[in-house]
Amino acid sequence: MRKRVIFNDKGLPYLLLAPQLAITFVFFFWPAGQAIWFSFLRQDAFGIRTTFVGLENFVELFQDPLYLASAWNTVVFSFWVTLVSMAVALGLAVLADRHIRGAGVYKTLLIWPYAIAPAVAAVLWIFIFHPQVGLLGRFLREIGIAWDYKLNGGQAMLVVIVASAWNQIPYNFLFFLAGLQSIPKSVLEAAAIDGASAQRRFWTVIFPLLSPTTFFLLVVNIVFAFFGTFGVIDALTKGGPAKATETLIYKAYIDGRVNLDLGSSSAQSVVLMLTVILLTAIQFRYIERKVHY
Amino acid sequence: MATLELQGIRKSFGTTHVLHGIDLAVAEGEMIVIVGASGCGKSTLLRIVAGLETATEGRVIIAGADVTRLEPKDRDIAMVFQNYALYPHMSVFDNMAYGLKIRGLPKAEIRARVQQTADLLGIGQLLERKPRQLSGGQRQRVAMGRAIVREPKLFLFDEPLSNLDAKLRVQMRAEIKRLQRRLGVTSLFVTHDQVEAMTLGDRLVVMHEGRAEQVATPMEIWRAPANTYVAGFIGAPAMNFLAAELVEGGAAAKLKAGATIAFADGVHPGGEGAPLIVGIRPEHIQAGSGPGSLPLKVDLVEPLGAESLIHGALPSGETLTVRMSDCSPLAGSVLPVVLPPASLHVFDAEGRRIEAVRRRERTAAAGAVGA
Amino acid sequence: MMHGPIDATRLAAAERAAMKAEAARRRTDIVTHAILILGVVLFALPIWIVLMGSTHDVGTIARGEVPLLPGPYAVQNYLTALGEGSARTTRVPVALMMVNSFIMALLITVGKIAISLTSAYAVVFFSFPGRMVAFWSIFITLMLPVEVRIFPTFKVVSDLGMINTYGGLIIPLIASATATLLFRQFFLTIPDELVEAAKIDGAGPLRFFKDVVLPLSVTNIAALFVILFVYGWNQYLWPLLVTTSGDVETIVIGIVRMIGSEADTDWNLVMATAVLALLPPVAVVILMQRWFVKGLVETEK
Repeated sequence: MRKRVIFNDKGLPYLLLAPQLAITFVFFFWPAGQAIWFSFLRQDAFGIRTTFVGLENFVELFQDPLYLASAWNTVVFSFWVTLVSMAVALGLAVLADRHIRGAGVYKTLLIWPYAIAPAVAAVLWIFIFHPQVGLLGRFLREIGIAWDYKLNGGQAMLVVIVASAWNQIPYNFLFFLAGLQSIPKSVLEAAAIDGASAQRRFWTVIFPLLSPTTFFLLVVNIVFAFFGTFGVIDALTKGGPAKATETLIYKAYIDGRVNLDLGSSSAQSVVLMLTVILLTAIQFRYIERKVHY
Repeated sequence: MATLELQGIRKSFGTTHVLHGIDLAVAEGEMIVIVGASGCGKSTLLRIVAGLETATEGRVIIAGADVTRLEPKDRDIAMVFQNYALYPHMSVFDNMAYGLKIRGLPKAEIRARVQQTADLLGIGQLLERKPRQLSGGQRQRVAMGRAIVREPKLFLFDEPLSNLDAKLRVQMRAEIKRLQRRLGVTSLFVTHDQVEAMTLGDRLVVMHEGRAEQVATPMEIWRAPANTYVAGFIGAPAMNFLAAELVEGGAAAKLKAGATIAFADGVHPGGEGAPLIVGIRPEHIQAGSGPGSLPLKVDLVEPLGAESLIHGALPSGETLTVRMSDCSPLAGSVLPVVLPPASLHVFDAEGRRIEAVRRRERTAAAGAVGA
Repeated sequence: MMHGPIDATRLAAAERAAMKAEAARRRTDIVTHAILILGVVLFALPIWIVLMGSTHDVGTIARGEVPLLPGPYAVQNYLTALGEGSARTTRVPVALMMVNSFIMALLITVGKIAISLTSAYAVVFFSFPGRMVAFWSIFITLMLPVEVRIFPTFKVVSDLGMINTYGGLIIPLIASATATLLFRQFFLTIPDELVEAAKIDGAGPLRFFKDVVLPLSVTNIAALFVILFVYGWNQYLWPLLVTTSGDVETIVIGIVRMIGSEADTDWNLVMATAVLALLPPVAVVILMQRWFVKGLVETEK
């Protein structure tokens, strides 16, 4: 789709595009290109000599048990964050969509945590989960449970999942609510007249009609769990204990920024880029043909 | 006020040819209506005059100056759009004043001119409103006002009435005509509505597939359409066309449907037996038996009040529509009809009008183009 | 037709059924309210704890007496945090961090909106060689979030000598495919006739941009402003990479760095800082909820 009427100036459009394109090339394409180039190179221990090694960095990456472990962590983490945040949000949205008094107030009260940065959300949850200064953490220890997410990998994973899901629920809630409110009332009335119970109405009418929203949120949540939760992990566990909460993104950060491993970090960047491209492609396929029709 | 001249305007989008060479000379203060079915190129022609589209070939001359290469703003024209194209975030005043502000007129003068124009159009009390607070008719007036206030050399109207309901359309039609007369600005008005065209235009340009089929006054076009397209397009219900051949040395037409009719206006050129198309308007057909009458088998009668439309078929299988008062035959009956020779339009096999030899001078005056 | 007693019994039965349904409806309403309130409390609890904790002294919190009611140290804690920061860890005053965060959020927001407006305008209203290439170059950046090119981007910024500068912090985050797409989408809905009318009125492209396109885009700009401000304020990974000195440290980075080992963390100041860190974006979202919701929904279309 494009406009029939246009302005004919020769230089102006380039001038208007220049800032955006300059930033895009310098900070997006140039580094992305470098990442691809470096992923085929290897530096010696002193960082003096660089040799072309082909796909060796990738081969090593996928043979590295630490990398595979962090990939598995990412899958587990993303699965639970997505499931929990979407399920809770859908439940709350269905309730808030009922025509009860104060529905608007609930909406406001449930939306605002989205504005909190993941890292700050993590700090808030420290005061719930911390074994010494956390409300729940201390309680658990008092009743005799060996609770310390800084020592126990499983507990650490639980903590980062809870904090991340908490941060993402408002977003999902908002979209589910909008999806529910866009379902025509006549459809629900027709189902009610057909004699479907409330529960049946939900699973046979509402839920299928929500499927575009659900699918969209599924992709958004996976992307959030992959990339947006870096702050939660850095603030709460720093990927520990013993790399139990080290996700792909966190590992890429550690290897690139802290360990300064050029080849491996670049290869990791390339893998992550391919992941995003895959997720985006899935999302566009969905936009092309809406899921439920 | 100015003259407008179009010379050999052609327009192609890629390999699609939209306009095939349009010539037109518009006198000062004249109102020209460009009429045609959708897709005939009439809007493109108007947009080329406005400078919103560039002609592939040809020249546009306003007030003697070649403006073909000029931007719209340098042509000193104003345009009224089909959907009005009012700036939604500006008040009526700002909408009308915008063009004047850009041209850097003093504030006081802008205010005076806008006020004067608004009063002329009866929208003086709406100046502070936003377009969305106006009715369709009021928006239409604001769009007109925006054009008038500029005091341009040329008004361009792009189907400005088609978004109004039927009653308002008739009212605004009369108002536009009155205004145009009063202001005396040369105008080009595009429409697909033949009634609008007939009532508004000093002259009409009937367009068809990128060609100007005929340029003439409304009555000339109605009386002597240059070809079967124009004949069928102007007039409602449309003219009937019957197959025939030239007989009696060009003095009569022998209809395929049966009768032979001697021409009222004399001998028509063409060889004996040359195929013809004979046209006759539904309102000119009369009921009556006798020599030369045709039996019309009626299949539908539409009463319109004062008159009825009678649809039927002739023995040749050709359909015929008749419009007559105080005659209401039953469907299925046979109505004998007579085609009065003086009302016949004669066209050759390609659909071009053929005049009787001794009336050739009139044809030249009609100024047919394109054919 | 039936009259009299039968009708009356029928009516009574109908009335009873209606009352029963009404009672059932009220019961479900109460349950609905209860669950929603539970949800709200669940959301509020972590913040309540931090808000209350920020009014107590460091000892109370370190001892694990998680207070649920306000204490007497509110003014002192907030003044210390704002003016001095955490003496035992980073020593950067939170006021400075907030100024940094504010500058960063504001510049990112304004920058993103400005360059997205102009590039969308160029792509929609002009025809020029390379138009589609430019559009796709911007579009494809959707697939290159900063997180996936951490190291190479850091390298470019450090090669350009932009580490520890506002420029390095802000400029790489300003390119925005989302905002450009949103404005493009909106510009495409501006009727062609409006452009034509403006051309005939004598407006050139810049004048049309200023007089028509910008005023018409106000609601979109407002909506984007809200979500981009929140986005900018909440940036974490990128500031973490390019800031190593306190001078340009943002509050979201600062608060995490304030947490040292259990023994030497000023928990009361961390809590006060947490409140200060979440207050601006939360305030923006609550006060401008309408724009926020619109912005979120529009950018995801």
